[in-house]
Amino acid sequence: MLKKKWTALLAGAAMAFTVNAAAATELTIFWAEWDPANYLQELVNEYTAETGVTVTVETTPWSDFQTKAFTEFNAKGDAYDMVVGDSQWLGAGSTGGHYVDLTDFFNEHKLAEVMAPATVKYYAEYDGKYWAIPAEGDAAGWAYRKDWFEDPKEMEAFKAKYGYDLGVPEDYKQLRDIAEFFYRPDDKKYGIAIYTDNSYDAMAMGIESAVFSYGGDLGDYSTYKVDGIINSPENIAAVEMYKELYGFTPPNWGKVFFQEDNQAITENLAAMSMNFFAFFPALDNPALNPNAANTGYFANPKGPSGAQHAALGGQGISIVSYSQNKEEAMKFLEWFIRDDVQQKWADLGGYTCSQAVLKSEAFRNATPYNEAFYQSMFMVKDFWAVPEYAELLTAMNNRLYPYVVGGEGTAKEALDGLAADWNATFKKYGRM
Amino acid sequence: MAVIARLESDTRAAARGWSDLTIRNIFILPTLAFLIVFNIFPLIYSLGYSFTDFRASVNDPVNFVGLQNYRELLNDPNIWRNFTVTAQYVIVSVGGQVIVGFGLALLLNRKIPFKGLITTLLLLPMMMSMAVVGLFWKLLYDPSWGIINYALGLGSFDWLSDPDVALYAVAITDIWMWAPFVMLLSLAGLSAVPQHLYEAAAIDRAGTWYTFTRITLPLVAPILIIAIIFRTMEAFKSFDLPFIMSGQPTTEMISIRLYKMAFQEWQTGRSSALAYIVLIVVLAITNIYVKYLNKVKER
Repeated sequence: MLKKKWTALLAGAAMAFTVNAAAATELTIFWAEWDPANYLQELVNEYTAETGVTVTVETTPWSDFQTKAFTEFNAKGDAYDMVVGDSQWLGAGSTGGHYVDLTDFFNEHKLAEVMAPATVKYYAEYDGKYWAIPAEGDAAGWAYRKDWFEDPKEMEAFKAKYGYDLGVPEDYKQLRDIAEFFYRPDDKKYGIAIYTDNSYDAMAMGIESAVFSYGGDLGDYSTYKVDGIINSPENIAAVEMYKELYGFTPPNWGKVFFQEDNQAITENLAAMSMNFFAFFPALDNPALNPNAANTGYFANPKGPSGAQHAALGGQGISIVSYSQNKEEAMKFLEWFIRDDVQQKWADLGGYTCSQAVLKSEAFRNATPYNEAFYQSMFMVKDFWAVPEYAELLTAMNNRLYPYVVGGEGTAKEALDGLAADWNATFKKYGRM
Repeated sequence: MAVIARLESDTRAAARGWSDLTIRNIFILPTLAFLIVFNIFPLIYSLGYSFTDFRASVNDPVNFVGLQNYRELLNDPNIWRNFTVTAQYVIVSVGGQVIVGFGLALLLNRKIPFKGLITTLLLLPMMMSMAVVGLFWKLLYDPSWGIINYALGLGSFDWLSDPDVALYAVAITDIWMWAPFVMLLSLAGLSAVPQHLYEAAAIDRAGTWYTFTRITLPLVAPILIIAIIFRTMEAFKSFDLPFIMSGQPTTEMISIRLYKMAFQEWQTGRSSALAYIVLIVVLAITNIYVKYLNKVKER
């Protein structure tokens, strides 16, 4: 009798242990608080249904995202198994030992061929190795008010003033003309909404879009040479253009990011609005945007030389080195890169980086903005991904914000100063 | 009854064999341990970091760099600009709080109807969260629909985007929030001024200004200086309001620069050095005030 009791007790304990062990297979993905994170949560619920492994997408506001992630990394904490981190984190994440090296995984699954080239280059690769799987593709694009553009009276007045038809701007000059045309402060109508928030990378990405399309660059990413590149004549002209565009924005537009730029469309403030494609689903939703039916989208226009690029947004998904569930996280990534899962990811509203899905007619016609997104993803360029990227970003904000928003000095002075700052930073870290 | 209760309690403690010293230590030790672990240890540890090139975000070896961080920071014109902005903010904000707060205290230090209710209402701003106040005032300053431009007839004047005005706009918010604190302390000081001094001044036919400068102000000065010390220290460390309300470099106070250096750029060693420079500046300013306070008390 006693033996039976002991056996039952041991069996119970073993069962309890097994249940606990099963319950422990939980994965946490850390990301910023925005719609794609909600889509990802919907997607991973299917993984839970398939495997029984609970996956939670934990989010924090954008303004807090980098600080919270790196605080956890620096403390070697295991709160997150995976992070959908910004592309510019790759240097700090890899050299700091925070990310697991995914080179073998990447090569085994031929992801360099499966994913769009720009997403592989900017979301995954650093120093010849792969540290992330391209997850959420994104680029800076534009939304515009089709009803304002297609109003016969406006079209006639525009043609009379500028000598060409009012339509989706083909280059930055046209973008500027249209912004000027619709700038009517007395009617509380304004020409354009652009990024000006200097607390992280918002304004920098807005300016990058202009710089890249003007044929400029931020520097030579292999030699770290910046003098003569960041302060090139092309970049000076691009920054001058960005400042000019700021003159056609709604009032109090000196520190705005994605929310305000979407509000510029939803609240009838501006004719055109810069934003990342990931924020456009909200504009296409009539419940959130009363002008949804009258909102059109276009890719970042060309510069004076005909070059056309856009600033890269989006993120790759990395496994955190300090996770206790690295093997399980690897299994999740294997599931995530499956073609059918990538298709499902796109269907839910996520911006897949899978070339096959991106190029499909079904994807390109699925929303009014997918075609512009598709075009953008093959012409994107990105910011520095070195470990000291945050210092470079601070210098860029400190140098360019006073010129663009405050009207202090000239674009050349601001960019010369930025070149000096970046040179000093690269010298400090022994890169030159 | 209270005496008996204390005696009984003493007896119980004595019965357990606890001396007064033991009982005192039981109360003090947890606080002491807390202070050592959470205040003194990090303070000393970060002092060590300030002499290194440590970056918390990377795995590079940590090197001792001596006074290099301090030298570079003190030679950095951007840091001096941050200190200048901070000094401007402290002068405008604390100056405004003292003028408004003391003025309100003088108004309330007389017999007026609903004095208690008015005092309570005036104290409400300082009970609010800084973040809420910052966001709320952003709306008030809004050039399109903000009530401030509407009330002052300023059209679409851009308070927070104008680099020359943004700092003052933030300081006005700080004055609105913290002038009641100065008012409260000033009221306490004013109510403590002996009434017979005013009666004697009235008999001597002293004028209002003479009474104010020779009786009211000198007697309230010590408590007013304490209010100024508190507000200066707080204003010097201000982060929330300028961070929430404006992104202008003209509102980037030293605390914001420190935050960015420590938690966005992860320059841990360098930011520790900057934190020590800020600490020394705050201690120096406070010391000057305290010396002045002692002089005033001696008069």
